[in-house]
Amino acid sequence: MIRIERRLQQRRWLSVAVPLVSIIVAFLVATVILLATHHPPLHSFRRLVDAAFLANGALTETVVSATPLAFTGLAAAVAFRMNLFNIGGEGQLYAGAITGATVGLLLAGAPSPIAIALMMVAGAAGGAVLAAIPGILRAFLSTNEIITSLMLNYVAALVIDYLIFDSHSYLRDTKGFEAKVFPQGKNLPSEATWPNWPIHGLVLPLGFVVAVGLAVVIWGLYARTRFGFEVQVIGDSARAGRYAGMRTRRKILAVMCLSGAIAGLGGASQDGDFRHQLDPRGLTQANYGYTGIVVAALARYNPFAVVLIAFLLGGLQNAGYALQGADFPAGLVGVLQGLILFCVLGGELFVRYRIRFVRRPRKAETPAAEPAS
Amino acid sequence: MNNSLLVVVLASGVAYGTPLLYAALGELLAERSGVLNLGVEGMMLVGAVMGFWTVQRVHASSALALIGAIAVAALAGAAMAGIHAFLVVTLRANQIVSGLALTIFAGVAGLSSYLGNDLNLAASPARHQFQEVFPKSLQDLPVIGPIVFGQSGLVYASWACVLLLALYLARTRAGLNVRAVGESPAAADAMGINVVRYRYAHTLAGGAFAGIGGATYSLSITPQWVAGLTQGAGWIAIALVIFAFWRPTLCLVGAYFFGSFTALPFALQGHGVTVAPELFQALPYAMTVVALVLVSSRAARLRFGAPAALGLPYVREEG
Repeated sequence: MIRIERRLQQRRWLSVAVPLVSIIVAFLVATVILLATHHPPLHSFRRLVDAAFLANGALTETVVSATPLAFTGLAAAVAFRMNLFNIGGEGQLYAGAITGATVGLLLAGAPSPIAIALMMVAGAAGGAVLAAIPGILRAFLSTNEIITSLMLNYVAALVIDYLIFDSHSYLRDTKGFEAKVFPQGKNLPSEATWPNWPIHGLVLPLGFVVAVGLAVVIWGLYARTRFGFEVQVIGDSARAGRYAGMRTRRKILAVMCLSGAIAGLGGASQDGDFRHQLDPRGLTQANYGYTGIVVAALARYNPFAVVLIAFLLGGLQNAGYALQGADFPAGLVGVLQGLILFCVLGGELFVRYRIRFVRRPRKAETPAAEPAS
Repeated sequence: MNNSLLVVVLASGVAYGTPLLYAALGELLAERSGVLNLGVEGMMLVGAVMGFWTVQRVHASSALALIGAIAVAALAGAAMAGIHAFLVVTLRANQIVSGLALTIFAGVAGLSSYLGNDLNLAASPARHQFQEVFPKSLQDLPVIGPIVFGQSGLVYASWACVLLLALYLARTRAGLNVRAVGESPAAADAMGINVVRYRYAHTLAGGAFAGIGGATYSLSITPQWVAGLTQGAGWIAIALVIFAFWRPTLCLVGAYFFGSFTALPFALQGHGVTVAPELFQALPYAMTVVALVLVSSRAARLRFGAPAALGLPYVREEG
């Protein structure tokens, strides 16, 4: 019989070795799948790595994919650390994209740094306001934030669709020839285009730099301030926090808004850095918010690790786009991402627990999985 | 009369609501045992692709092929759910993250597309599909004709499932045990209920229902294989479970309600009224939030709220 017991001491080397082994296992399983379906595994993996990181201009595209994931990953990490399961990053990113694009359009003609700064503020505010709804409901009525934040994702997605496809809103382009055939957002003025910096063939967008800066700030906030300490205490035990005189409700609301603001900033970065218009199809099909949660979990909610993992997963995603349609097996990227997630998630058990094989006393009865009728 | 707005909307609401209903019933089973599975979308897509593959490849009479397809879809959905169950029940991983990982693994950019591509399923219509079961004369009855008699066999089977699940949860010993496992696994364990086994069984059964829900698209609504053909129905199903306060009978009402709101704008368009479809489509979600807030008081939550142990791993304290 197998017994799983908690480790009394956390071994440091395990928290590095286990994820590495997990990723190797994921690739082994993917190899089996590829072999079973008659695809050459090594060749496929090499093309994947090539398209993600090595090919000409691949790193630039990878950073493009990684930037939104870094934002939504940080957004999730901030909230999940407090055991506050904000899975509304998706909707909060849309909200930020809407407010960011609106401000960008309004500020046509303003000096560029001001326009960009205000777009960021607007994006963060948009995300924070949307996150405040589940935050308030959770803090004051104890309504489950998982579900309310999930519901608001759909509402935000429908709002963004409505603004571009089914109304003559300020954000929609109604003039151009193309716009008559297929509805699309107004192009942002050049003042609202965020700058980027080419370094040795790698183009670094402002959004990614902001995300890295945010990671540092979040780390400082959680590791070095009273606010961060209180958030951790409340996360571990809300009751203990309350007895110690902490204002748990305010903290819940503050963390939700902070999380929403980061996701919203990611939405504004989508407008300013990459899409240069409010792009409903592109945003709603990318699933940045949901993937961000997975990024945060893989990073164990550590802000620096979030940026790193966002970069790696962004690379895989970028490879998926780059190899689409070619003779590359469709869907392999998702399968591989999923496998890595499963293995790392499952592997985490071995960091916190140890497995002991003990002889079962008497009755042999395995708790086997059996499909119900 | 059968072309009147209300009849058209309700009839298509029932048709569009059926995959939601299957998936929601499955999610309800898993959640009642305390396992939140956000991978419904992925499980539906894998069910859809495997069900479709079965009708394309099996040479049998239409009825047999379709029954086989549903069985294969259910198995495929259950297999996907098995990954989630292993991770969250045995390995105690975070249920939210594992569910999202399942959606990535199996979803539009994952296994379902991989299989659809690899088995060459795209761009051909289904060789067999579910059709209306009742004769034309019954379907032409005023009002109830299109709504009640104009549906495919999957719709009637879903009614049976609702009834059976409602009875199972409310009236059987096993159903009582599931609810105990979902509310308080420690107490259930102390009573001698095998928490692990119950959670596995109901998560797998939930996946099977999600697979059938997916097959409803590829064999009845669409009916062909297109990558990502469920278009977010899995997420709606998760909302539906909450909207229905974790009760099978309310799931039925909610599914048709959600389905009708999808159909309403198009029907209105047919009558010359143009309304933004988003307004109607957003309504169910907004109402789900309102419903949740309404039952947030302690007393109401005990009666209508989520299973108390939903989303929490169960670890038996061992000496």
